[in-house]
Amino acid sequence: MSDLLGVIFISIGIIFNILGCLGLIRLPDVYNRLQSSTKCVTLGTCSILLGVLMFFGFNSIGVKALFCIPLLFFTSTVGAHALARGAYWFGVKLADKTKIDEYKDLVKSAKEGGTA
Amino acid sequence: MKYLVYTLIAFGFWLLFTFNLSIQNIIVGLVISILTVVFLGSYFVADVGKLGQPLRYYWFIVYVFIFAWECLKANLDVAYRILQVNMPIEPGIVKVKTVLKTDVARATLANSITMTPGTITIDMKDDTLFVHWIYVPSGNPTEYTHQVVGRFEKYIKKIFE
Amino acid sequence: MTEQILDILLYIQIGLCFLCLYRIVRGPSIADRMVGLDIFGILVVGICAVLAIQTNKMFILDIGIAYVILSFVGVLSLAKYLEGRKLNE
Repeated sequence: MSDLLGVIFISIGIIFNILGCLGLIRLPDVYNRLQSSTKCVTLGTCSILLGVLMFFGFNSIGVKALFCIPLLFFTSTVGAHALARGAYWFGVKLADKTKIDEYKDLVKSAKEGGTA
Repeated sequence: MKYLVYTLIAFGFWLLFTFNLSIQNIIVGLVISILTVVFLGSYFVADVGKLGQPLRYYWFIVYVFIFAWECLKANLDVAYRILQVNMPIEPGIVKVKTVLKTDVARATLANSITMTPGTITIDMKDDTLFVHWIYVPSGNPTEYTHQVVGRFEKYIKKIFE
Repeated sequence: MTEQILDILLYIQIGLCFLCLYRIVRGPSIADRMVGLDIFGILVVGICAVLAIQTNKMFILDIGIAYVILSFVGVLSLAKYLEGRKLNE
């Protein structure tokens, strides 16, 4: 369709990707880094794929890019949830700034009981 | 009946992904979707009867737009926190309760929470969700529940229950 | 003009992959490395999308879709291993 619109969408996507990777470097612990991964980088890549759709219009490449978006959403959310849960059960400490932890009791009782 | 619907859905996705209406492509797609449903159909838990009710599709479209708006706000929020020099984050894990009953609705709620302002669902036990929040506001638990799940719960209830 | 802008954006995206590699190499715990790997997988899809525009070929997006699914399966199995469970639970 329109090259200009495509370039604009891809640029917005790259800006969000830069912010997400900056968060990956700067934030203090695993859980906060996952926040930047699931939000900034996923939305940035979705924006890039929308840019591809703008370039090609509704032909085979554009539709494929459009259907990549829900795929990316579901895989990134489920992956982030699994990683956060795995890290907590593995025993990765929360950052020093953490205010409140209501999940501790459940994990402690489950580990003492011997069931996961 | 149930397996027929699954096969049709899988075949539709095949056609959209390959985008090609030649006869060989259609035959290969049918064989692959039937094989997929034979092997994996028993793991798919959605209630097929609800697919025939048009009001649910209307609420689904409304929900997609609300979700996209919330998602955009979430991104700007997280980006704002990352760009600050001293990073104003106060992370924590809070408990919230949900009123949804079916598995599909709860899974959708958990995925929606993961994509919105600074929250990740860590675990779910019966009707309690454990949510990691990048900025926990000071307040009482009912207020948390309203802020985390209140925006989506009513729409998801209309779509899936 | 469009081609030069796309070139620059592609180089920026490849540079971001090096930031992820920094986290994978330096990460204090194994979970940090896996978060880096997860983001790396998503960034590769972006690279594939930009390359699909530049070369005008469809199969590159197929590579992107396959990569995101494979990286998803890899992250899930590694997370399950971290959690201390067997793979058949």
